[in-house]
Amino acid sequence: MERGAKERNQQLYKPCSNGIIAKEPVSLEQEIQEPRGGGGEFDMSDILYFCRRGVESIVDDEVTKRFTAEELESWNLLTRSNYNLHHISARLTVLWGLGVLIRYGFLLPLRVTLAVTGVGLLVVLTSIVGWLPNSRMKKYLSEKVNLMCYRICVRALTAIITYHDRYPKNGGICVANHTSPIDVLILASDGCYSMVGQAHGGLMGFIQKTLVKACPHIWFERSEVKDRHLVAKRLSDHVADKTKLPILIFPEGTCINNTSVMMFKKGSFEIDCTIYPVAIKYDPRFGNAFWNSSKFRMVTYLLHMMSSWAVVCSVWYLPPMKREEGEDAVQFANRVKSAIARKGGLVDLLWDGGLKRSKVKEVFKEEQQKLYSKVLVKLLSLR
Amino acid sequence: MGSRGSTLSKIPNVDKLMQETGFSQAHIIRLHDRFRALDNDEKGYLCPQDFEAIKELAMNPIGDRIIGAFFAQGPQQETVDFNSFVKVLAHFRPTDKNRPKESTSPDPINSRTNKLKFAFQLYDQDKDGKISRDELLQVLRAMLEMQVTEEQLESITDRTIQESDTDRDNAISFEEFRKSLDKVNIEHKMSIRFLR
Repeated sequence: MERGAKERNQQLYKPCSNGIIAKEPVSLEQEIQEPRGGGGEFDMSDILYFCRRGVESIVDDEVTKRFTAEELESWNLLTRSNYNLHHISARLTVLWGLGVLIRYGFLLPLRVTLAVTGVGLLVVLTSIVGWLPNSRMKKYLSEKVNLMCYRICVRALTAIITYHDRYPKNGGICVANHTSPIDVLILASDGCYSMVGQAHGGLMGFIQKTLVKACPHIWFERSEVKDRHLVAKRLSDHVADKTKLPILIFPEGTCINNTSVMMFKKGSFEIDCTIYPVAIKYDPRFGNAFWNSSKFRMVTYLLHMMSSWAVVCSVWYLPPMKREEGEDAVQFANRVKSAIARKGGLVDLLWDGGLKRSKVKEVFKEEQQKLYSKVLVKLLSLR
Repeated sequence: MGSRGSTLSKIPNVDKLMQETGFSQAHIIRLHDRFRALDNDEKGYLCPQDFEAIKELAMNPIGDRIIGAFFAQGPQQETVDFNSFVKVLAHFRPTDKNRPKESTSPDPINSRTNKLKFAFQLYDQDKDGKISRDELLQVLRAMLEMQVTEEQLESITDRTIQESDTDRDNAISFEEFRKSLDKVNIEHKMSIRFLR
């Protein structure tokens, strides 16, 4: 099964066509210029354009569907991926039942054991390495230890990863699209990075503190996260030190369902250094990797991951990019985002992933109004 | 998604719904999935906040009026069940060109007249059957807001009423509305092509 999956990995995964409706690519200008009723500047029918667009978005919109799991063309025998639980046939139900037995009875306990071993080893070994004085030996050992333990954890998820095009990294910042917390494991098992994140309490916090002893990660206190300058300064300081590892950042800021790439926050692109973009694409047939944090807690999510068939994904490393002359952070961020979207076969969206939790800003409505009035004014001057 | 699937049996009165709206079974299932996706708290019905959560709709200048069209059945209506949801969306089905003309059966929901009625109610918010000067002004203001001055808005409103108001009552009735949109290809402008 592993080998088969590896072969299929070579092509891009075809995104499932999710649309319910065929959206006409007619612009506001074209619609308004069609035969009008009254012949005056404003026509009662102008409202119809907005009306139809509005109803189209009720039936199917680009953003809401990015925050739910991707639909599959054919069922993969996991209940959670089944949207129309028809009773198709007795045979399929039997197969599904068998699947459940295998996954929960055999695969899950195996994986949990591996995971616990992996994390345990990670903690123990990094503590030991942490006691050593700072030296090249320490750095070398810490790399080896980290790589080994992450690889065990990756095996614990039965993650079959295909890495494409490696580039040598020299400090700098590594950016990738974000689908789930597993992204970190996948990248960290192939290279050494400094991670950035919030300092947690409890078990997670303990692990964070241990990791930091061996490897310079950047953990922020909750209060510090709000202070953008502080964050930027710590990142710049880290990057400026050439002996340190590249930083791993997910600029979307939140988990997206792996069919698209949403707006990159410009913070990491303002720092003056090389950016190494990475595109990660999961194969949805083997299990849904997207973490819908509003529906599932982390533990439930990990349980789902460990009881799926496997986690199959492709990682593409892209050539390093630097900010060009006359390009500001936002433009640079968009350029990197497009490169990642293109490589991974994902839809490139300008929408902010933060829309998952917040409302649309008034400024977008104003944009629509501005567009409409411009078109009207242009028509006026033609008469 | 982690939610249970929707079988046809979960949707009440599917056959009646198909007959009234003209949607195929596959369309109704798709719309039901969409209904459940919009229904964040799994209440079984939709309230205005669920519609307001759609980003592209929030950015539409007449978004709130379109939402209002779903809650138009009664003055205090606060919830939309699946049947009403589908019936409103049925207005946007492309017209069936080959429908035999039966004078006895009622107009289908997606007939030209009913589409026009839907558009009319977007203007006529107080539902008195006429678009008053004020209501027209409000729509214009919603669509243009800061881009033109108040005087320009008023003059556009006056000119539009002048052109369409044939009985000179300073308001536009449904018949006058229909007449002024006579040349407009309503079937095309107010139709959404459903895939599958």
